[in-house]
Amino acid sequence: MTRPAFIRFNHIKKQYGTVEALKDVSIDVIQGELFGFIGPDGAGKTTLFRILTSLVLPDAGSAFIGSLDVVKDYKKIRKSTGYMPGRFSLYSDLTVEENLQFYARIFKTSVKENYDLISDIYRQIEPFKKRRAGDLSGGMKQKLALSCALIHNPEVLVLDEPTTGVDAVSRMEFWELLKKMQKKGITILVSTPYMDEASLCDRVALMEHGELLAVDTPACIEKSFTGNLLAVKSNQMYGLLSDLPAGRQVLEQFPDATQVFRFGEFIHITFQSENTAGIIEDLTNYLKSKGHQEIQISPIKPVIEDCFLALMDQPAKR
Amino acid sequence: MSNREKIIGVSHLVKKFGNFTANNDLNFEVFKGEIFGFLGANGAGKTTAIKILCGLSSPTSGTVMVAGWDVGKYPDRVKERIGYMSQRFSLYNDLTVKENFRFYGGIYGLSASAIKERTSYFLKKLEMEQTRDMVLSKIPLGWKQKLAFSVAIMHDPQVVFLDEPTGGVDPITRRQFWELIYETAHQGTTVFVTTHYMDEAEYCERVSIMAEGRIVALGTPAQLKENYNAQTMNEVFVKIAR
Repeated sequence: MTRPAFIRFNHIKKQYGTVEALKDVSIDVIQGELFGFIGPDGAGKTTLFRILTSLVLPDAGSAFIGSLDVVKDYKKIRKSTGYMPGRFSLYSDLTVEENLQFYARIFKTSVKENYDLISDIYRQIEPFKKRRAGDLSGGMKQKLALSCALIHNPEVLVLDEPTTGVDAVSRMEFWELLKKMQKKGITILVSTPYMDEASLCDRVALMEHGELLAVDTPACIEKSFTGNLLAVKSNQMYGLLSDLPAGRQVLEQFPDATQVFRFGEFIHITFQSENTAGIIEDLTNYLKSKGHQEIQISPIKPVIEDCFLALMDQPAKR
Repeated sequence: MSNREKIIGVSHLVKKFGNFTANNDLNFEVFKGEIFGFLGANGAGKTTAIKILCGLSSPTSGTVMVAGWDVGKYPDRVKERIGYMSQRFSLYNDLTVKENFRFYGGIYGLSASAIKERTSYFLKKLEMEQTRDMVLSKIPLGWKQKLAFSVAIMHDPQVVFLDEPTGGVDPITRRQFWELIYETAHQGTTVFVTTHYMDEAEYCERVSIMAEGRIVALGTPAQLKENYNAQTMNEVFVKIAR
């Protein structure tokens, strides 16, 4: 990461009433990066994106794209960024084609001039170009919004939760499109509440309550997870949930267990102890004494969601 | 499974909008106290089916029984016996927590004393008694989701429909929410849930997956993973929906 920063957020603060949406956030993004902002609603992702795209002014701090200041040079900033807001905000009563032409014209360009850039995406909705945008399915609206955000050939693409509420397959296809855009040299900032999408980014910022929990490559974040992680399963999940209750430092019998959370068909337990074999034996005996059968316990590598859970504030603050 | 009480029975359900068939011959049953995952790609026809199950839309043909009543003929009888929680919590932001309970309790026809009792019960259970007189907009999202769920089951429905109940909530709250779902199902309420989180599909007792208006897979997560030779429900979903 010795390449110079292209997008810089310096000590950004933003407050809405009594809510601190962003508490002193600083991040550098490198040119050409696919950078993910991962966190739940209320983390501050949208506010950060609105500041970068010059739609909201920060209370303190500064942000730059290259040498452009998002406050002073807002007109140039708007030319060099393409923004896809979280909520569908194209014109429902214009057709697909009309929306695209409208956005091209606002930026003093034409669909024809930049067609190459959007062809991969637009081709998929072109058969419906005479349909009004309001009548499109969710997936098609998303593709049209992305086409409109790209039509002026921006250097930076800012996508606010493009995959929220989208099914697993369409999400996968959308990320493939983003990779293609990245290959064309566009720097991409994308936010998502889906932790599993972190692995598709070059680097990610994990965010919660207006603060950064971690900023790094997904692999490095996973590597910095402290403790040994075990995945546990038995023949009765409902019993397992009460015998291994979720939370932090919740198992009286196992003071070394720092967190217990369910992941799909398994329960993940983190131990701050090196003696994995001993723990597995103790845990197996404990579960047997509670009447569990077909007990499976195996050491596993953490995923981003394990890391996020470990880095989060205590639930009491929620 | 077959000796469990049937709460939902769908037989040859077809729903057409003009030439478009949104639901093409759906057949399935859901039992008392079951957590039933209703999955599918966007546009597969899930919302159409849920609207019919809740009595908000009527089938073009076929029979849909919910909580002992034929939805096509007696939608109001069904509505009294079900709970519903939508994607983005259905509570009123400018009412207090107590007022939200009172409003929905009133709609479901609960008596004043029952509303009072149920409100206290849920607030105590969620350890949220201090929020009773707070305006909803001042309450964190994770808490709102849990409140919305409690409001949806305050009249003790036979089945509760949850439409993407955990969208956008943090990973801890998401898991706490599922503990509430488990508890509710364990007490005998059937839970009918849609989600795009595939790890949550693993939490369901049985899962159906829709594609292009049809149910193309139906079974326990373990059965589906075996049938589709997949390690996770995500893989199953991708194999079916792609």
